[in-house]
This record gives sequence, C-alpha cells and structure tokens, in this order.
Amino acid sequence: MVKGLKLQHKIYLGLMFLFLYAPIFVLVLYSFNESEAMGRWTGFTLKWYNELFRNDTIKNAFYYTIVCAIISTIVSTIFGTVAAIGIYYHKKRVQDYVLNVNYLPVINPDIVTAVSLMILYISVGIQRGFTTMVLAHIMFSTPYVILSVLPRLQAMDPNLIDAAQDLGATPLQAVRKVIIPEIMPGIVSGMLIAFTMSIDDFVISYFNTSGGVTNLSIEIFNMAKRRVKPTVNALATIMVAVVVMFVFIINRIGSKKKIEYRLKEEEK
Amino acid sequence: METSEIKSTSYTVNKIKSYNQGSVKSNKPLIEIINLSKEFDGEIVLKEINLTIKENEFLTLLGPSGCGKTTILRILAGFVSPTNGDILFEGKSILNLPPNKRQVNTVFQRYALFPHLNVFENIAFGLRLKKKKDDEIVAKVKQMLRLVKLEGFESRNVNSLSGGQQQRVAIARALVNEPKVLLLDEPLAALDLKLRQEMQYELKEMQRETGITFIYVTHDQEEALTMSDTIVVMNSGLIQQVGTPIDIYNEPKNRFVANFIGESNIIPGQMVADYKVRFENQIFDCVDRGFHPNEPIDVVIRPEDLLIVDKDSAPLVGVVDSVIFKGVHYEICVIVNGREYVIHTTKSARIGDVVGLTVEPENIHVMEVEGVGNE
Amino acid sequence: MNRTIKSFLYPYAIWIAIMIVIPFFLIFFYSITQSRPDSPAIFRFTLKHYREFFKTENINILSKSVLLAVETTVLCLLLGYPAAWIIAKTKANVQNVILLLFILPMWINMLLRTYAWQVILGRTGILYTDAAVVIGMIYNFIPFMVLPIYTAITKIDKSLIEAANDLGANSKEAFLKVVFPLSMPGVVTGIVMVFLPAVSSFAIPRLLGGGQYVLIGNLIEKQFYLLNNWNFGSAISVILMILILISMRFMKKSGEMGGKGGAIPW
Ligand SMILES: Nc1ncnc2c1ncn2[C@@H]1O[C@H](COP(=O)(O)OP(=O)(O)O)[C@@H](O)[C@H]1O
Ligand SMILES: [Mg+2]
Repeated sequence: MVKGLKLQHKIYLGLMFLFLYAPIFVLVLYSFNESEAMGRWTGFTLKWYNELFRNDTIKNAFYYTIVCAIISTIVSTIFGTVAAIGIYYHKKRVQDYVLNVNYLPVINPDIVTAVSLMILYISVGIQRGFTTMVLAHIMFSTPYVILSVLPRLQAMDPNLIDAAQDLGATPLQAVRKVIIPEIMPGIVSGMLIAFTMSIDDFVISYFNTSGGVTNLSIEIFNMAKRRVKPTVNALATIMVAVVVMFVFIINRIGSKKKIEYRLKEEEK
Repeated sequence: METSEIKSTSYTVNKIKSYNQGSVKSNKPLIEIINLSKEFDGEIVLKEINLTIKENEFLTLLGPSGCGKTTILRILAGFVSPTNGDILFEGKSILNLPPNKRQVNTVFQRYALFPHLNVFENIAFGLRLKKKKDDEIVAKVKQMLRLVKLEGFESRNVNSLSGGQQQRVAIARALVNEPKVLLLDEPLAALDLKLRQEMQYELKEMQRETGITFIYVTHDQEEALTMSDTIVVMNSGLIQQVGTPIDIYNEPKNRFVANFIGESNIIPGQMVADYKVRFENQIFDCVDRGFHPNEPIDVVIRPEDLLIVDKDSAPLVGVVDSVIFKGVHYEICVIVNGREYVIHTTKSARIGDVVGLTVEPENIHVMEVEGVGNE
Repeated sequence: MNRTIKSFLYPYAIWIAIMIVIPFFLIFFYSITQSRPDSPAIFRFTLKHYREFFKTENINILSKSVLLAVETTVLCLLLGYPAAWIIAKTKANVQNVILLLFILPMWINMLLRTYAWQVILGRTGILYTDAAVVIGMIYNFIPFMVLPIYTAITKIDKSLIEAANDLGANSKEAFLKVVFPLSMPGVVTGIVMVFLPAVSSFAIPRLLGGGQYVLIGNLIEKQFYLLNNWNFGSAISVILMILILISMRFMKKSGEMGGKGGAIPW
C-alpha cells in the first residue's frame, strides 16, 4: 500500500508512545531523586536502591511473587496441557461442558473470581496464605494454557497419533513422542501467559492470601494508598531493566534463529 | 478426468501381464475377515464382509469414495473396532489387540509424517520404540532409504520434501518395521499422473522384493488393474466381486463392476441355451453356460472388443454418430436400433457412415441381471 | 481404544468442579441467604441483598461504573483504531518493533504504572477526579483494544483492497467499505477486552480516584474486607456477572468473536 508513513501518522504514533512511556519514564527518573517528595528534582542519589535492598517487606513480597509464579506456571502448564489433550479426545458434548466452565475465570471479572474463591477457602476453613494464593493462581492460569494448547491440537493431523500407534507406540508414548512435540508452540505460549498473569496478578492474590504473605502487587497497592517513598520507584526501575534485558535477549535469539532459517532456505 | 480416459485397455492388460509374470504366490491364508460389519451412529458402513487374504498377496480394495475401504483398513490396523464379526490373523482373532501390538503397518493417505522429526527419525520411529540398538537402527534405516531411493535425505526436514518423496518416507517408515502386512490407503492419490505411474511400478517392485502382503486401497481402477494380484471391488459397504485383475476386467459379475472397471456396453438380452445368447434380436455364440433357458441377462462388451466390419456380413448394423480422437485410439459411437455402442479402435470412421459391428464369442460376457450381492 | 488419553481430562474435571463450579454456586448461595448472627450455620432464604442493591446510592455506583467503563471503551476505540491501522501499514520489520513497544509497558506491574499516574496527575491537579480514573483505565487497557484490531486488519486479504480500488474506490472509500467492516471482529474483541476489566476494576479507581471514590469493584471489596457483609457482596458479584453476561451476548450478536478463542459460553 503506502510506502513509508505519512508525517501525521508518525506524529500520532509518537504521541501514543509518549502516553505509554511517560509514566515509566517518571518512575525511573524519580528513583534517582534525592528528595522524598516526587515531582521536585533535588539531586541525584542511589539511596532508594540501598533502602530497597534492606526493605524486608519488599524482599519478602518479591520472593513470594517469584516462587508463586514459578510453581503456578509449572503446575498450570502441565495440568493444562494434559487436560487439553484429554478434552481433545472427548466427544463434542463433553468438550462443550468442560470448555464452558473453563471459560468462567476468563470472562468473569477478576474480582468476582477472587471473592468466590475466597468464600470457598473460608467456608471450608482453610487458612489463607501462600498455598491458597498458589492454588488460586493455578486456577486462573490453567484455562489460558488450555485455550492456547487446544487450537494446536485441533490443527494437528489426527492421523499422526494413529501413525504413532501403528508404528508400535502405546497411547502414552504417542502423547510423549508425537503430540507433545507437535503442540509445543501452544504449550510455550500458554506457559508465557500463565507466568505473566501470575507475576502481574493483583486482584486474585489480594483476596486469597493473608497472614503476612503478600506479593509485589499487593505491597505496591498498600504503599500507593498511603504515602509513597521512592523505594517503589527503585523497584520499578529494576523491573523495567529486567524486562528490557529480557526483550533484548529474546530478540537476539529470535534474529539469530531468523538468520539461520534464511540461510537454510537459501541452501535449497 | 481426462487422463484416465486413455486407459486404453490393451496397454493396461499388457502391464498386468508383465507385472505378474513369475511371481509365485503361496496360498496360506494370512488374514481372514469373517462377517465383518460396521455401523457409525446407526449408519451401516460395512455389511457382513467376508474375505481371505493370502500371504505375499497384493490385494486391492477398489470402489468409489465412501464405500467403506478406509474403514476396513482402519479396522485391520486397530483404529476402529467393528460392530460385528471377527478378524483372524494367522488363525487367531486380533480384535482385542491395540494398534501398537499388531503386526500391521499403515501408509496413510496424507502420509502423516511427524513434522517435528527429520527423515531419518521418522523412519526410525518404530525401531526406537522397540528399543533397538543404535547401529541396528542406522543400518536398517539406511537400507530402507536405499529401497525407497532417498539416500542422502536423512537429515532433511520432512516438510521440505516433495509429495513423492514424502510418500516414500511414509512407505519406508512402515516397511522398516518388517510388518507381515502393509496397509496403504490411497497412497498415490495426491501425486500427479506421471509420478503416480512411476510409484505404481515401484510399489509393486517393493512388494515383490520384500514379500510383504500389501492391502492397497484405491478408487482408481487402472491402478488396481496394474498392481494387484487380487482385486476386491466394493460398493456401499458390500463386496461386489473378488478376482484377479483379468477376471474382474473380463468377467464382471454385475453392472456395477462392469461400469466401474471400465467403460462398457451393457445390453439386455436372454440366454437361449448354453453357449447361445440373444440380444438385439440376434443369436450369438458365447462361452457362458449354466443359465436357465430364456433367462434374462445383461451382456457386457468392452469397447475395444467391438469390431467395425463391412455392413453386409455383420450381425449388427448401425450409423456412426460421433468420432473422438483419444490419443492412442479413436472412440467411435455407433447407433444400432436406437442404442449407443462405444467402440475403441485405431482406425477412424466417418460420421454418418453405415457400418457393421461384430464381436468374438469369448468377448461376450454374460452376467445376471441385478446381480448385486456378496460373493 | 484411547481410553487412557481420555482419562487425562478427569483430574482437571475434578479440579474445576472444586475450584470454579463450587465457588460459583457458593456466591450464588450467599447472595440469597442470611445467617443468624447468633448461629452462623443456619441459613435463611432471603432476597433482601438484591433489594438493598436497588437502593438509589448503589444503583448510582453501578451506573457510574458502567458509564466510566463505556467512556473508557469508546476512547480506547477512538484512540486505538487509528494506531492499529497505522501499525498494520508499516513495513513488516518495523511492525514487530512497534508492536513490541506497545506490549512492553504491560510487562511492568500494572499497579506501579498506575502509581506513576498518581504522580503525573497530581501535578496537573486532576488527581482524584473521574477524568483521572478514566485516563488510568485507558492507559492500562488500550493495548487490549489495539492488538485485536491490528490482528484483524493484518488478516484482511490485500487483494480485497486491490479489488476495491480496481472497482473504482479511492483509498478512503476502500477503507470505509472494505477494511473497516472486515476489521469488525477485532473491534468487537477489543471492546469486550476493554469493557470487562474496566467495569469491574477496583485498584485503579482506588489509587486515582482517592480513598472515598467508589465504583462497583470497590463496593464489592468493601463488603468483604471492611464490612464483612459477604451476602451483600455476593449479591453485587452476581449482578455484575449478569451484567457482563448480557453485554457479552449483545456483543456476540453485533459481531463474530475473534480473539479469546471464539465461542462464548452459555
Ligand atoms: N469416524 C466416522 N464417523 C462416522 N462416519 C464415518 C466415520 N468414518 C467413516 N464414516 C462413514 O463411513 C462411510 C465409509 O467411509 P470410508 O471407509 O472412509 O470410505 P472410503 O475410504 O471407501 O472412501 C462414509 O459414509 C463415511 O462418511
Ligand atoms: Mg478413504
């Protein structure tokens, strides 16, 4: 269509990115600010980082966030993949039932999902804490894993499984040696969704933990409600740095793969 | 399909002869299909199929799409269980064996190669499951690659192969397991004509070299005629006729088989007595016997068996209605008593000419009217 | 034959029964009962929580929540559609970079970014107003609008636009008559994906609207955390679910759902 972008399009995108990145820039900037009050620059300092590393509450929250994300990602990825394969092998009617229930946490407002689970825990008399938080995370991430794996299964040539069994594979071997490699991209993207949602979750965790167990979102929420110290900015800056590094690495791997692929194509 | 029209039959029959020369078949039954029926959601797909498949045989299931060929293969492979009936393999029922325990391998219609594995690993798949030693696997895979003429393709991605090459990998992947029986479900349907003919020849070669029983599914009658030792003609879940290609071609048991196996002139008539048949108000000598006197029958005459002769000495006289050049032969349509006769001949004729038609007694095939039914 | 593989479903079926279905019914159960203060194990059927919801003050909160969510959605659409369209027009290699830049902020904790808006808006003096809440929600949810629309536009067969041009449409007409109608699935998905979290959000209104600011999400939170009135909280949750169900139905009718995997339950 149109070669390059018209000036007004560039301006539009530029303003959009200004909108998206201004808050992040502000966060990073004031993490180096001498004064405790944000909005007034008084000089460069690293003392908030120092304070951050000595802040046990934040360190704890960070620890819980990461451990919870790792456990819930691993469990929900395996659980969701296995369930998706099971669903795929059932009749349409069974599939519909399961998928409808599976959709509930996806379309229900987070807060409704959160309080319903909280009511369950309390009604059964389970003390809310780290375990309940992890279980809650597994509960809301597994449906996303299923939703990203299932289309892969449906796109797979159904004869592949027959072929594997024909060549001597038991059903379990067919799953391991043929189905899993086939649906791997779906599993990976499901896993990424699960991890992102767990790391980022606020509402579900907020209602389903107690007794000193928190995660970063909850801590930030509590701090932001009251008076905020730039330690939070220091935390934000570190997060930004991690994300940018992560993206950079992924991009490098990606472009390397791309180059390899191109070379292969040219060989032909 | 334009091309299948050229199945000028003398060519086909020659091929049959040349392929089958010298192949010695044992007569031991390997698979017995007994009263096999299958329903899908109440719809009957196979009706009481009975069939014996011998060792080293190249058997073809031939029939129009939807007649149940694939279903038979899938029941043999173990992917589908029958509603009724039994399957004996070397005398023992295998219905309760899962697919991975059967000495049967399948070449799938769309190949079903594993996209995440390269050519070597696709072929080695079954051997790895059997926990064979690495050097044995390498040796066997190499041998298979030689057999299917894909040496040097070991590390290629299967998606980068052409249709014909993928087909060969699928065959190698199945054959490397040394199955007693190889099931092939329209393995050549996706290939273009030239490649298909080449592969027909190669498949036949492979079967002879390996001595493995092939059960081959196709809806292409030429393919069936060229490759098979035995053809099983099917229609809507029923076996119509079982026989050698020459039997099936020359002695179709009913209208369906006659029509399906090739273009035919089918004319109603009566059996006057043994070796005497009447049609078009003429009495002809023939080679059939055993019918009731004056029993109504259908007469089948292949287009290449009708000869155009001088009208004065001919039993049938008609007018040339159309002449079409078909490459190897002309297809000439002659109207006799208001009925169309199709003739294949290498000599042309002029439209509007009055010509005579004759046919040798051994080329008149008599079949029962409405002869639909099992063997 | 594949009974082994079929059985893969059963653990998950049990899991969702416990973790999704039972909580769902519990909420419903709590919304229509009241336990006696002296003996909490005895429940009595009542509809008073629903009656209470329909008091003016609560209805006002609901309509304000819906209004702000609609405002947010409309603004996201107006701002996001052109962005999606421009991105879809850029060259493939630039496109990936721009998309990445769009997604990147989402990977930084939502509450941190909302807190940053506290700082920015605090200086402009509109902090703790409706406008602040709407800006915060647009900021958080606009990628959910841009991405599905972008996907829908890139899926449009280029030859359709060429065909439109060939048939005499100028680029504006081609856009109005071909591109825009064909991008509708993305628009619908975007609307759903923005409206859903916007109408039930409670962290953003709390941080940008101030401690006294109440939307429907805050109202629910208050019942569970502050007032310990689960029954009323459950009734609001049920009403919120029904509201969302109705709007999903409505959206489903006005366009095919893309994105979230297609079918909408019920
Ligand atoms: N899994 C199935 N469920 C329902 N009907 C089926 C199934 N498989 C095959 N059929 C039906 O059985 C009939 C025969 O199919 P098939 O054996 O595939 O025929 P062919 O291979 O001869 O074309 C068809 O009418 C087909 O629709
Ligand atoms: Mg078939």
